[in-house]
Amino acid sequence: MNDNGEFAIQARGLTRRFGALVAVNEVDLDVPSGKIYGFLGPNGSGKSTTIRMLCGLLTPSSGQANVLGLDAGRDSEALKQRIGYMTQRFSLYEDLGVRENLQFIGEVYAIPRRERRRRMDELLGRFNLKGRERQRAGTLSGGQKQRLALAAATMHRPHLLLLDEPTSAVDPSNRRDFWEALFELAEQGTTILVSTHYMDEAVRCHNLAILDRGVKVADGSPRRLGENIDTHVIEVRAPDADAAHLVLHGVAQIVSLTRLGSKLRAQIPKQIPQPAAIVDQALRRAGIAAQVDQVFPDIEDIFVAVTELREARSAKVVETDS
Amino acid sequence: MRSLVRIFAIMHKELLQLSRDRLTFGMIVGIPLIQLLLFGYAINTDVRNLSAAYVDEADSHLSRQLLADMSATQVVVLRQRLASAEELTRLLDSGAVSVGIAIPDDFDRRVIARDRPALQLLVDGTDPIILGVAEQLATIPVRFDSQTGLQERRRMIEVRNYYNPERRSAVNIVPSLVGVVLTMTMVLFTGIAIVRERERGNLELLINTPVRTVELMLGKIVPYIVIGLIQLVIILALGRTIFSVPIMGSEWQVLIVSLVFISANLSLGLLISTVAATQFQAMQMTFFFFLPSILLSGFMFPFEGMPEIAQYIAEVLPLTHFNRLIRGIILRGADVSLMMQELAALAIFTAVALTLAVLRFSKRLD
Repeated sequence: MNDNGEFAIQARGLTRRFGALVAVNEVDLDVPSGKIYGFLGPNGSGKSTTIRMLCGLLTPSSGQANVLGLDAGRDSEALKQRIGYMTQRFSLYEDLGVRENLQFIGEVYAIPRRERRRRMDELLGRFNLKGRERQRAGTLSGGQKQRLALAAATMHRPHLLLLDEPTSAVDPSNRRDFWEALFELAEQGTTILVSTHYMDEAVRCHNLAILDRGVKVADGSPRRLGENIDTHVIEVRAPDADAAHLVLHGVAQIVSLTRLGSKLRAQIPKQIPQPAAIVDQALRRAGIAAQVDQVFPDIEDIFVAVTELREARSAKVVETDS
Repeated sequence: MRSLVRIFAIMHKELLQLSRDRLTFGMIVGIPLIQLLLFGYAINTDVRNLSAAYVDEADSHLSRQLLADMSATQVVVLRQRLASAEELTRLLDSGAVSVGIAIPDDFDRRVIARDRPALQLLVDGTDPIILGVAEQLATIPVRFDSQTGLQERRRMIEVRNYYNPERRSAVNIVPSLVGVVLTMTMVLFTGIAIVRERERGNLELLINTPVRTVELMLGKIVPYIVIGLIQLVIILALGRTIFSVPIMGSEWQVLIVSLVFISANLSLGLLISTVAATQFQAMQMTFFFFLPSILLSGFMFPFEGMPEIAQYIAEVLPLTHFNRLIRGIILRGADVSLMMQELAALAIFTAVALTLAVLRFSKRLD
């Protein structure tokens, strides 16, 4: 396998322990080239640790990762010329100006002077930082900082970008712009691995891996993940959502019940036939008017199904209110 | 070639940051200035004008003559005449005077008879320097000039004061101060250099770039070498104009010796930087190193007078070797070829510290 291979990253049995804690446990990954691959998981699920192992910052306790045809543990120095890494915390120099930061990065990657200058102008334009060239990075807003960090991470035209929760300190409109930039990069052939705990961002990825306490619990495209979960999702619209909630809480077949305003989403194991009818009948018996439909799982349903239900298999009702 | 570009990139960045850090910038000029003025004026081992009180029970021509002689040495200033020896002790106890002169009523008879000491000096010996100075008073001849029978006692040993005939403390202080200031600032600056990047999160980005550890270390050291040389010039120039301390030896040799010494301190700073977890820890470690440097290097006390174990410790400190070198070149006009082993010691220290720093620094987080 090499750079032009089908997969930019292939990892087998990747494991990292910190003392007694297993931060990442036997993770297998196949990240296709030129696509955006997402890591979805709550804080402490091992997203950062996995990314750090993939760029050679952390040595795996066991298992191995092949990144761009190189062994991430052994050839980490050679890898550094070809990957871009954006840390969770802003890690450029706050006491340097926007242009000075980019110049430093350009010099560190030994990009020739003329090419460096052209690249800086191009990136300042693309990431909407023109006119702020001399501003100290420390005084930029959250969104501007992220754009600068992304500009710096792509300065040397890496084949693979590893982004560790890049939008955690950014407002929604800036997040949308940021993702536009990511798609643009992916179209140009850059493979992007991005971790997030935002559901809406996760859906945008071509492929997705869901991590839970160091274990990869599911992966695939958002559509495939929806097809593969082992529950049906029933959406209930009821004028009196509180009453409906109370009734459905008592239905044994429902393994997860989520409330979204006036809507309820219930999950029922796939092996139970006619799930919508069960819900409908339960509500009718209680005399509650409601519209009941079986729907395709959205990302939140998938997340609940693969994480919370994984440990609560014994048909116990798991409740999440949002 | 790429390696040079990367070293230059780190240097460039370091200088930019430095020019924006007003506190550090102030320290570069402020520390040598303040230290030079403080130490240059305050440290004076040639003590004069000690406060003294006296009891003159004899009150004879000879006793008054003696007191006048003592006063003329300028070692003591006679502040009070007291009525009894008890009062004298009380005054010493209170710390109001450091020397007491007690002349008994049979003073004249004792001088003639020469069988017992004619008078007593009561000295506050808690400060050995005062004791040493007061003992000079004991060498004043006491006799009646009419005593022709007694031949004059000649001094059998002559002391010749080389290199510092005026006995000015500043002459000894100024060259050593170069070393003290450089130890303090150089170790501190580089000591926090890498820790700061780690604390601010910059390091995680930096170790993900192709920068090699050696390149990072060199890029961090070189700007501070220049700063060290600026400090050297400040101290020597001011030492010359304010305290008239001339450079007897070659200025080139001063430069070379200082360069090696600066490198030694910077390497140590980098080593501290790779060990410390926070800037505060780096600062603590710097002072942990700074204190023995000041006390044991011969800056404060003569090296030969220290216990053997202290001398062994001192030999490990760069400042000890630098003090010998810089005093030799500046004060005695010595050629550095006479002190090659001192220069070699500094070079070895640098090599060891830098190697350890490079080995300890890891481009990984685990």
